[in-house]
Amino acid sequence: MVEHPVVDAKAKKYDRQLRIWGAHGQAALESAKICLINSGTTGSETLKNLVLGGIAAFTIVDGAKVEAGDLGNNFLLEAANLGAPRAQSVTGLLKELNEAVTGSFVEESAEDLIDGNPAFFRGFDIVVATQMREASLLKLESICRESGVKLLIVRSYGLVGQLRASLGEHVVVESKPDNAVEDLRLHQPWPELAQYAHSLNLADLDEITHKHVPYAVLLIQAAAQWYEEHAHQRPASYKERSDFKLLIKSGQRQIDGCPIDEENFAEAVANAHKVWAPPPFPSEVHAILEDKAITSLSRSSSDFWVLAAALKKFVDTEGGGNLPLEGSIPDMTATTALYLQLHTLYRERAERDVAAVEAHVHTLLRSVGRDPKAIPRSTVKNFCKNARNLRVIRYRTLAEEVGTDTCKSDALRQAMSAEDTVSNATLYLLLRAVDRFHSTYNRFPGSYDGELEEDVPLLKTIALGILAECGAGNNTPISDDLVGEMCRFGGGELHCVAAVMGGIASQEAIKLLTKQFVPLSGTLVYNAMGSTTSVFQL
Amino acid sequence: MELAGRWCDLDMLLTRQGNLVGPGFEPDPALREFLQEDCRILCVGAGGLGCELLKDLALSGFGNIDVIDMDTIDVSNLNRQFLFRMKDVGKPKAEVAAERVMARVAGVKVTPHFCRIEEKPIEFYSEFHVIILGLDSLEARRYMNQVACSFVEFDAAGSPDPSTIKPMVDGGTEGFKGHARVILPGFTPCFDCTLWLFPPQTKFPLCTLAETPRSAAHCIEYAHLIQWDRERSGEEFDADSDEHMKWVYEKALVRAKEYGIPGVTFQHTQGVVKNIIPAIASTNAIVAAACTLEALKIITMCSTGMNNYMMYVGTDGVYTHTAAYEKDPACQMCSPGVPFEVRPDMTLSQVIEALKADPQLGRQLNEPSISYGATNLYMRGVLEQATRDNLEKTIGELVGGDGSVIQVNDRKLLAPLRVKLRFPAESADANGMVH
Repeated sequence: MVEHPVVDAKAKKYDRQLRIWGAHGQAALESAKICLINSGTTGSETLKNLVLGGIAAFTIVDGAKVEAGDLGNNFLLEAANLGAPRAQSVTGLLKELNEAVTGSFVEESAEDLIDGNPAFFRGFDIVVATQMREASLLKLESICRESGVKLLIVRSYGLVGQLRASLGEHVVVESKPDNAVEDLRLHQPWPELAQYAHSLNLADLDEITHKHVPYAVLLIQAAAQWYEEHAHQRPASYKERSDFKLLIKSGQRQIDGCPIDEENFAEAVANAHKVWAPPPFPSEVHAILEDKAITSLSRSSSDFWVLAAALKKFVDTEGGGNLPLEGSIPDMTATTALYLQLHTLYRERAERDVAAVEAHVHTLLRSVGRDPKAIPRSTVKNFCKNARNLRVIRYRTLAEEVGTDTCKSDALRQAMSAEDTVSNATLYLLLRAVDRFHSTYNRFPGSYDGELEEDVPLLKTIALGILAECGAGNNTPISDDLVGEMCRFGGGELHCVAAVMGGIASQEAIKLLTKQFVPLSGTLVYNAMGSTTSVFQL
Repeated sequence: MELAGRWCDLDMLLTRQGNLVGPGFEPDPALREFLQEDCRILCVGAGGLGCELLKDLALSGFGNIDVIDMDTIDVSNLNRQFLFRMKDVGKPKAEVAAERVMARVAGVKVTPHFCRIEEKPIEFYSEFHVIILGLDSLEARRYMNQVACSFVEFDAAGSPDPSTIKPMVDGGTEGFKGHARVILPGFTPCFDCTLWLFPPQTKFPLCTLAETPRSAAHCIEYAHLIQWDRERSGEEFDADSDEHMKWVYEKALVRAKEYGIPGVTFQHTQGVVKNIIPAIASTNAIVAAACTLEALKIITMCSTGMNNYMMYVGTDGVYTHTAAYEKDPACQMCSPGVPFEVRPDMTLSQVIEALKADPQLGRQLNEPSISYGATNLYMRGVLEQATRDNLEKTIGELVGGDGSVIQVNDRKLLAPLRVKLRFPAESADANGMVH
């Protein structure tokens, strides 16, 4: 009997995003508590996207009252809110977007809260800090780092935006690359696969089946013949590779000396490179297997590192230098039966690899004094299936990025001189310079029409000063055009720039919460003048 | 009365001289007045991108917005189409969206059009200063492209007349990826110039579905495309009917079990049958805002513009690529003339037959009329008799020579095709080559 589809209201509402991050990703979102600092349009837009996605709860920290300017750029406010606490008004309208989300607010400035009640921030998964200046951010970062709370720093400034994450270590199993590499082992079939491939005698097959022998089988057979004739060397030169393709084609059926159209042979030729160029061992995964977290594995190590240590043991022993097999195969012209037989071989091999990794996991867990069954098989299986795409990101602190002793002066100097990054690196520098300007003059450059012209040289001097402090100052010119534009912006928050930055910030929050896809590492600068972005590792 | 200081952030861009601005930018408070009072912008689509676009436009100073959308609100829209609530399900998107934006942003006027884009006469589209697209299909984009390109006029030298340009800004998203682009027909590439940017849809061969299914999708498409017609012939399949979708799901499940194929679920069935594109709020927000910024720049010139395509990828870090794509000089939609080779001694009748036989042009032609500048060469209808004699005249005597541009019109076309006649080089004749 056919089971009836159960599609509840929630699954319907979130259908289009469940197709991206799945039920487990959604569950992660639905348990997330977010703190937003400052509910101007940049903050409101960030939170809007997260509320729509279905986070558990948010709290807005903002001491401001709704001003006229807010009504010209913030969609989460309306005319009636003028003069009311901004955090309260935005909270009210945000909650209308998703009744499953709980919202609250604290009518207090973040700066006061940071100094007066730093423990406040400890209860959140992510703190999204918007429109804050460097000095307060440094204090907030140190609170977040100490308590293991992830921090996202977002800013819109005229036609410029900036985004940065600050957290300890972020590990990703499901990085979901756009172009996943297929590791079919056609260059090096394991015994059962080779045996299966050779069990199909092409000459004996009827016409229909001949056209439906999977290309994987055709390539394994052709490769075996090639190795025999070429002293076990893979086709290397252009000539050899062309010859190998001819060898594949020579298996096609012919009518009156003309090869007949067989889709599977065309696919074999198109995939012939899988014989001579197997996918390389990914460098990111290599670095993970060499990480000191593996050599220093202990009872307090996270499950990720236990699994990585088990993976390393597998690669070094059973794997013979290979990662576990993924177990899936791409669609290819084949009869249903031949395709399913082939798929079963890959799946069985993948299951054996999982079992081998799991055995290492048990041993390692026992060796660090944990329950050997502490990591369930399904977790091991998922780890093995994604072994090729594992990622670990470790973030520098903002304090290191801006510290005169710790900043990466070479990287900054290089970014300031390369043609494709000079504009956005200059904007990065100027964003730091406007904060320093603010701490001296208690306003942003260009805030008032009357002082606009005088502010331009002042801002430039400050920017040159920062470059010099970072040791990146010698002969590095700063574009007067960009200095002038930064003053023209006057610290204004444009709705569209805020919507772009809020969009990117919410996307990064989702990646950090679901541990899927690869989050931004480094500092992002968005240049809305030319519609470009740059990411700087500073 | 406008609240003082409400637009202070935007005004800094509009009232201050800048270093990096568009051609002819003159800072002036009148720019915002123009945006709010006189400028008319059309937003095509009130879905995921459309909701964002309407919000962005209203908060970028645009005071007169029209929105066109033929859809009604579905539950699965609510994770991103933030102008809609559960109680709105079933209502027209354009109407609810317009109402919500006007209720939230004081002073803005949004006029909804609950209909298909094809239902509006071409004159409707000519009223707008800019058209901004938030669509999810290539067909709809190409239709709007044809509309925008139909307005551009060229001078004798083939240069577009700037006053006839109908600027168009387009956004698109899929999951964590998206694009924003600016189309100035005649100046920058149109959709048809860069059709290669849109990857072809995956379609399974019918024989695979019928004889060698290998995946859940194959079983689903078999039930949807083959079994439905066989077992419920005469009944039109409706992807929005729960009963129909369930039927396909159950048939696919049976077939998959028969073949030992795993993976048929109701969710997957819907995805395959409706060709569902995953969609999230964040990407829509990014792309729509990037598009709106370009619309603002086109109207006010307050900053340098995007040239002319930005793609966004958010799966691995944050990556964008902004590229200046090139026009296709032979584009049927936006070039001063599609090159078409004829011999000067061919009669007009033969030229018409050759046009109809052309694999590209012919598809759009049924009973073409031909004109050259202001001269009617051959017209259907009331002028047929008056122009009939031209059919037997040679094209060489009817037009000005190599490179002449004729206009080809047909009922199947939204706007006349510009065809640039190329006469083969003289040297070819001298060498005795056969045409």
